[in-house]
Amino acid sequence: MATSERSERPVNPSGGAAGRAAPPRKGSGRLPWMLVLPAVLGLAFLVLPLAGLLIRAPWPTLLQRLAEPQVLEALRLSLFCATVATALCLVFGVPLAWLLARVSFPGRRLMRALVTVPLVLPPVVGGVALLLVLGRRGLVGQWLESTFGVTLPFTTAGVIVAEAFVAMPFLVISVEGALRGADQRYEEAAATLGASRWTVFRRVTLPLIMPGVVAGAVLCWARALGEFGATITFAGNFPGTTRTMPLAVYLALETEPEAAIVLSLVLLAVSVIILASLRDRWVTTP
Amino acid sequence: MTLHAHLVVTRPAFTLDISLTVAPGEVVALLGPNGAGKTTALRALAGLTALARGEIVLDGSPLHTLSVEERPIGMVFQDYLLFPHLSALDNVAFGPRCQGVSKAEARRTAAALLDRVGLTDHATAKPRRLSGGQAQRVALARALAVRPRLLLLDEPLAALDAHTRLEVRSQLRRHLADFDGATVLVTHDPLDAMVLADRLIVIEHGAIVQQGVPAEVARRPRTDYVARLVGLNLYRGVADGSGVKVGQLLISTSDRLEGPAFVAFAPAAVALYRSRPDGSPRNVWQARIEGVERHGDNVRVHLDGPIVAFADITPAALADLDLTPGQQVWASVKATETHAYPA
Amino acid sequence: MFRRLSRWAVALPVALALGLSGCGSGEPATSAASARSAGAGGAKEVTVFAAASLTGTFTELGKTFEAAHPGTTVRFNFGSSATLAQQLTQGAPADVFAAASPATMKTVTDASLANAPTTFARNKLQIAVPAGNPAKVDELQDLADPKVKVALCADQVPCGAAAVKALGAAGLKVTPVTLEQDVKATLTKVELGEIDAALVYETDVIASAGKVRGIAFPEADKAINDYPIATLTKAPAGDLAKQFFDLVLSQQGEDVLTKAGFEAP
Repeated sequence: MATSERSERPVNPSGGAAGRAAPPRKGSGRLPWMLVLPAVLGLAFLVLPLAGLLIRAPWPTLLQRLAEPQVLEALRLSLFCATVATALCLVFGVPLAWLLARVSFPGRRLMRALVTVPLVLPPVVGGVALLLVLGRRGLVGQWLESTFGVTLPFTTAGVIVAEAFVAMPFLVISVEGALRGADQRYEEAAATLGASRWTVFRRVTLPLIMPGVVAGAVLCWARALGEFGATITFAGNFPGTTRTMPLAVYLALETEPEAAIVLSLVLLAVSVIILASLRDRWVTTP
Repeated sequence: MTLHAHLVVTRPAFTLDISLTVAPGEVVALLGPNGAGKTTALRALAGLTALARGEIVLDGSPLHTLSVEERPIGMVFQDYLLFPHLSALDNVAFGPRCQGVSKAEARRTAAALLDRVGLTDHATAKPRRLSGGQAQRVALARALAVRPRLLLLDEPLAALDAHTRLEVRSQLRRHLADFDGATVLVTHDPLDAMVLADRLIVIEHGAIVQQGVPAEVARRPRTDYVARLVGLNLYRGVADGSGVKVGQLLISTSDRLEGPAFVAFAPAAVALYRSRPDGSPRNVWQARIEGVERHGDNVRVHLDGPIVAFADITPAALADLDLTPGQQVWASVKATETHAYPA
Repeated sequence: MFRRLSRWAVALPVALALGLSGCGSGEPATSAASARSAGAGGAKEVTVFAAASLTGTFTELGKTFEAAHPGTTVRFNFGSSATLAQQLTQGAPADVFAAASPATMKTVTDASLANAPTTFARNKLQIAVPAGNPAKVDELQDLADPKVKVALCADQVPCGAAAVKALGAAGLKVTPVTLEQDVKATLTKVELGEIDAALVYETDVIASAGKVRGIAFPEADKAINDYPIATLTKAPAGDLAKQFFDLVLSQQGEDVLTKAGFEAP
């Protein structure tokens, strides 16, 4: 390694001394292979499984499989639940991120750690935990049923709750990071102009951290869309009400691996299309 | 709209404790070296930094009991802090909107203010499209849009390059003259302070060391920091009627006073000789050359000896005298070019 | 703009992958490479792929086997029969495969990966109800009551197929609230009391150690599940594979299995 570095040095414009005139270059010379090589390997690692799905897809029967009403039903349910779950996460997660980033109170560190629990918890365990709290014999679920006659398990609302539980940390962490990175002096400037804390948040903080909120919401949505373990454990699996695409994929794997590939591709294609078109709407924001 | 303030802010290794009074229409500059506490004082006036003790009273009513957004203030920050997602117009309209003015009304007010600072053409521009001078003017318009009774400016010209600074400084001076409330501005640049302020308050280590009108402060500095700012040699000694005894050296002056006193003279008033000069009633002392540097069109010579002093001489004189660091020379200053005043 | 796009491009597959990773939690991953017999000199390994419902019994038989063959280790990969079959057809190295249904075994024998299978146990459905039986379920007909929350296994997995057969035999139309991905998940929901009644295997009721109550019903005889076992054609452990196979089919094997609630074939 040492030799190759030495032999290459004169080519590098910053090396200077050599008589050969190196053409002027923008930036600081060659791309560092120490970064490029792992980057390319990492990309391959992420993308090759996708290629595997594409290669093994049963293309001749693809359209016919897609037209099956159960596929569309599961897809519609998946998109609906992931979107509502993301909306829920935004409503509760953004204020939570604000609290963690901007208000100091005892136990804040602990709370920040607790927020990430759903990230490390195996989703199936998360589902069981949700049942223990929100199930019909659960701490809160019991009360929900006796007071409002509402039961969450085995309902579409249950799917949304499970997805929100698992996906919310992605939003909170992303938004909290954006809040910590945002220059708080803008908020001070707004306060000197007579803005209340709520106005400051709405008209200054939120626009400033919008890229972080959007990135967090996208992560959150994608995570919710792919949610399997907590959903099947908490909300069960029934066509039309709780069988989302990942559940359909898993069950298809039991009998028809080809169908599972088709379903996975549909899920991927739809999410990529939606995210790409969303992007255009956000391009204009600073 | 008189401001009376006694500001005490305590930090682990620092305490700010100053009192100031600003009359309506008056511009007071807080001047001081970095870390002296001038920005802290400004933030305390705004409510962005909490007071440990003291009070802020504006027109007889207390300000320190109000939260930031309730105070009738306008503030211009060092790097302006224009909201990047809003146009220049909406930045200026932000304050009025917060005061409950309708959107259309707020925009009218903002447009009028932008017109006043000559930026009508840039109303729709986002802050990142504005030059430094334009951004500074938008920031001023934004602060004025809330009709403040107290205007606070934190290093309003520090972020500008030398050329823009000259232009913006004179515009700012005009706008401040039009403002009828109290103005407090913070700067570390003596020139900004002299041009913009009616009165200077010099702060060092969290306390006021000198205050007065700019000409007075410039003529009679009371600390080394101020002396350096205004470019004078300054000494503290004891006056005995005909001169001021500074250490071993008696500096004769034309001012007659007794007791503790300051004596100041300009570097240009110091003459240097290779051998002891004679005749005329001069102050003469032997000094050692510590260093030589360019200073404008002249050369500034750093002298050590009974007193530490700067002498400004012409490059020609430097060549004639053939001065080099470490060399012994004679320095002299005429009594009529010194200025002594009570300490 | 480019940055934002690329962020999404990364975020999406990562999040989807995280989501699907939940599937794995029931079944330990195949440690394919280490599952081979450990070389010529001393220690040998037998790798057994077995249906999740065999976890208790086969672990016990594994210990028996190790005691009888000093220096030999039995490694298990328990999981849903369909998943195991798929891992085998994708080339996972193993010596013995015990499935919960003849259909899943067939996918492996069809690929000429396994020798002729033999049925070694049978499993019967029972109605599982939570402690206290809140919905007062006594017989299969009670499951048709819309007020009773019923969970069944999904049709795609053996216990679901058996449930469909049993309900069909009884001429009952039952609308479950959920179709679970495996029998353990079904049982968990009964244990937690979220479900009033579920159709699971008798062995699962016994394994739950009193947390759920089992109710036998006559139609279960129409939907008995056969468990086939086979040695694999490319078994790395060679003779040891056959010896484990024999142990399962022996009287000793039958004793362990019947104690757990299986029936002899």
